[in-house]
Amino acid sequence: MTERTRYDQARWTTDGEYEPLLSEKDSTRVEIGDDSPLPDELTRDGLELPERSEPELARHYTRLSQMVYGIDVGPYPLGSCTMKYNPKFTEDVAALPSAQVHPDRSEKSIQGTLELLYRLQDYLGRIGGMDAVTLQPPAGAAGEFVGIRVATAYHDHNGEGDRDEVIVPESAHGTNFATAALCGYDVVSLPSDEEGRVDLEALEAALSENTAALMLTNPNTLGLFERDIVEIAEMVHDVGGLLYYDGANLNALLGQARPGDMGFDVMHYNVHKTFATPHGGGGPGAGPVGVVSDLEAFLPAPRVRRRERASERSRETGADNDGAGDGASASERPFELFDPDHTIGHVHGFQGNWLVLVKAFAYIARLGDEGLEDASAKAVLNANYLASRIEYDVPYGPFHHEFVASAGEQDAADVAKRMLDFGVHPPTTKWPEIVPEALMTEPTEVESKGTLDQLAAAFNAVVGEDDETIETAPNHTAAGRIDQTSAARNPRLSWHALEDGDE
Amino acid sequence: MNGANTTGSPYAPHTAEETATMLEAVGADSVEELFDVPEEVRFTDEFGIEQRSERETRRLTREILEENDDLVELLGRGHYGYYVPSLVDHLADRSEFLTSYTQYQPEASQGFLQVLFEYQSLLVELTGLEVANCSMYDASTALGEAATLADRLRGGSGTRVLVPDLLRPGRRSTVENYVAGTDLEVETYPTADATVDLEALEAAIDEEVVMVYAENPTIRGAIEGNLDAIGALADDAEALFVLGTDPVALSLLQCPADVGADVVVGDASVLGLPTSYGMGLGLFATRGEYLRQVPGRLVGVSEDSSDRRTYTLTLQTREQHIRRERATSNICTNQAWVALRTAIHAASLGPSGMVDLAERGVVRAEGLAERIDDLPGVTAPVDDRRHLREFVARVDGNAETIRTDLEDRGYAVHAVDDEEIQICVAGATDEQLDGFLEALSEVTR
Repeated sequence: MTERTRYDQARWTTDGEYEPLLSEKDSTRVEIGDDSPLPDELTRDGLELPERSEPELARHYTRLSQMVYGIDVGPYPLGSCTMKYNPKFTEDVAALPSAQVHPDRSEKSIQGTLELLYRLQDYLGRIGGMDAVTLQPPAGAAGEFVGIRVATAYHDHNGEGDRDEVIVPESAHGTNFATAALCGYDVVSLPSDEEGRVDLEALEAALSENTAALMLTNPNTLGLFERDIVEIAEMVHDVGGLLYYDGANLNALLGQARPGDMGFDVMHYNVHKTFATPHGGGGPGAGPVGVVSDLEAFLPAPRVRRRERASERSRETGADNDGAGDGASASERPFELFDPDHTIGHVHGFQGNWLVLVKAFAYIARLGDEGLEDASAKAVLNANYLASRIEYDVPYGPFHHEFVASAGEQDAADVAKRMLDFGVHPPTTKWPEIVPEALMTEPTEVESKGTLDQLAAAFNAVVGEDDETIETAPNHTAAGRIDQTSAARNPRLSWHALEDGDE
Repeated sequence: MNGANTTGSPYAPHTAEETATMLEAVGADSVEELFDVPEEVRFTDEFGIEQRSERETRRLTREILEENDDLVELLGRGHYGYYVPSLVDHLADRSEFLTSYTQYQPEASQGFLQVLFEYQSLLVELTGLEVANCSMYDASTALGEAATLADRLRGGSGTRVLVPDLLRPGRRSTVENYVAGTDLEVETYPTADATVDLEALEAAIDEEVVMVYAENPTIRGAIEGNLDAIGALADDAEALFVLGTDPVALSLLQCPADVGADVVVGDASVLGLPTSYGMGLGLFATRGEYLRQVPGRLVGVSEDSSDRRTYTLTLQTREQHIRRERATSNICTNQAWVALRTAIHAASLGPSGMVDLAERGVVRAEGLAERIDDLPGVTAPVDDRRHLREFVARVDGNAETIRTDLEDRGYAVHAVDDEEIQICVAGATDEQLDGFLEALSEVTR
């Protein structure tokens, strides 16, 4: 076993308090008065905010950054979130000045942007086994929203708009339930079987002519592959429902299996998980959606396509008389936006999180087939290896890129707090609920054997510890254990609220 | 390379020896054995995506993006290209910020939580409302969330959401998707001179209206002068008054709380992001009384075991991972890092810089309109209103032809219809505006 890592997070304290708020460093009120270009009745009276110099701000935010744990600090095996290393060069390509374009630009003047989007649509279609892809959804939950809206539009189009139920396994991500409800469906919750997978009898009972869709994650949140997926797809399709793939766990399957081949009709991809774009403290991500050809006409507007025949002709003959409406030749303007025939319209004001999509494109182009397949292979190897090294019980298997251990008699939340003291980020805790005191762990492919050993040591150090030690942890992070109840009971959500409370 | 595999993922550090040791530890002969995937769905084909070196990938991406023309963008209509100071890029790219995720472990995430708390506070100051969340995806999705909030507050009584006829089509369409699961219907009310037609709005309002939406400035850059009256009309109908705006406009224009706004939405990334093909940051602020119905993440203050002030995500029982189908929204991953950028940009401007940026937006837009109006064959501004950062001009020739001619000369403007073009000064320098005026005089001659 490797030597246990020692860790102390930076902790800035001034006058007995942590790093002050900007508003405590300065508060300057600017009056808007007679010299304003606008008359009084159109303006506010004034604005009161901190006014600090650039060097002071650089120090404020750098200190704050030191009080944040990121992937570049250490292992981050947060189950279901796929916290991979984010390759640095993808930041550089997204920062290219040529990527900074306005959405109202003419198609002719942003052919580079359209080509990159087109290529990314194509990449994702191949990776998921899907016929058509939209890049507009700005996050995974937004992708789910598109998927279910597309399902609604499809059923409406076929005169089956009275389907009013979406089936979601008990162990699914919370977003699945919330998305189905947001789209106006009754949510039918599906219990797992004893082995942690979809219970086919329960599914049979839940399916009916009211079923609009079944939302499924595969492998599921326990990391288990739904072995009956082909039968499940048949059962859903037999009642006229659609099968939705939640792409949160796609990092388990790259190059091994594709949702399209399993019978899924619609899926979302989490590019901030599978394709390594940074999580940014909560986002932005992107949640592109892929569909089979029957659903293509319902995708959000606009999408990007290549003016295939025209561009090929012009490439062969050098001619540029393809008769485009705007007078631009196909060689000048090979890519264009279009609205699918029965589109659900927009789900974002523009085209989603463009800069994130640039990073995802660069990541996929860098890895290629070999890299993508290897990423999943190593992610699954890492999860299996880590599980074999930890002393906590892992009740379900065989798992893939993640596993759910049980903290047993200990409180999983306390275990997580204590793990912070060993310089690692803890797993997702207390979920899925099928495992008591769950520790949902996803190391991803980016950790070496040495780091996994360090992670295992952190788990195992906590196994035998007494309640008092773990209940009073952490002690090596910037802040000690935080009182959640106080925060919720007495909400103070701005520095204004703090000042009011002081009076 | 340090013996790590060179044909697989460049970011998987395993040496062949380590892989062998790990396989032995888990009792498998090969990695393939670890996949419990039935033969019938095994993928045996190829994606057909070639692996590239980092250098080659950068070259490829750069070459693709260089197909974008290098134009001076005089475009706005909800997405702006204000200059973003280098400070923002360098601090936001600190990898502790960039490579962290949602603050499920607040003890190890105090820095990001404090930034988000400061971002919320910035919005509270700008809007005068008590509560701001720490991001929605963009202005359109924030507006969609406001509509579902209105529906929840009214408990299903009332079905009408009123939006201006000038609303950007993509924004309206987004709202329609958000309310598709409710009984709400999105309807338009008319505008006059690019601002709300009060009489028409009054005629349109009845007790079925759950929400009235207006923007300031409006999409044509016009400053709304009747916000009080709009707020009063909404209030009389017990409908939410939802105001669409942004941090630059808020630095100068009327404070939403003073005109009776119940919810403020908009794109906060006008500070923080350059033009990013529409990528944004959904601003969402509302009254304290609606706190339990707010969508998205909220950062609050608490105390730690040493009794020091700390920050944590709070009131999470509103959210999808706890409340599932009864959550206030399905949002999970959001735009936190953009909020960080916005907070740093705003801090670097300070209140004097923010007010100045907004005031210059008035002076420069109206100044340019005046100069354009002097050109033969062009009238500007079309709308008899005060303007912030952009305005509409009427041209004698075909507007689309003029737009194309301007593009050929290196300037991007928006053609509103056959007769009108829209011009935005937000991201342009004075020299660029001079050059544009010259080009416009040529193409309208």
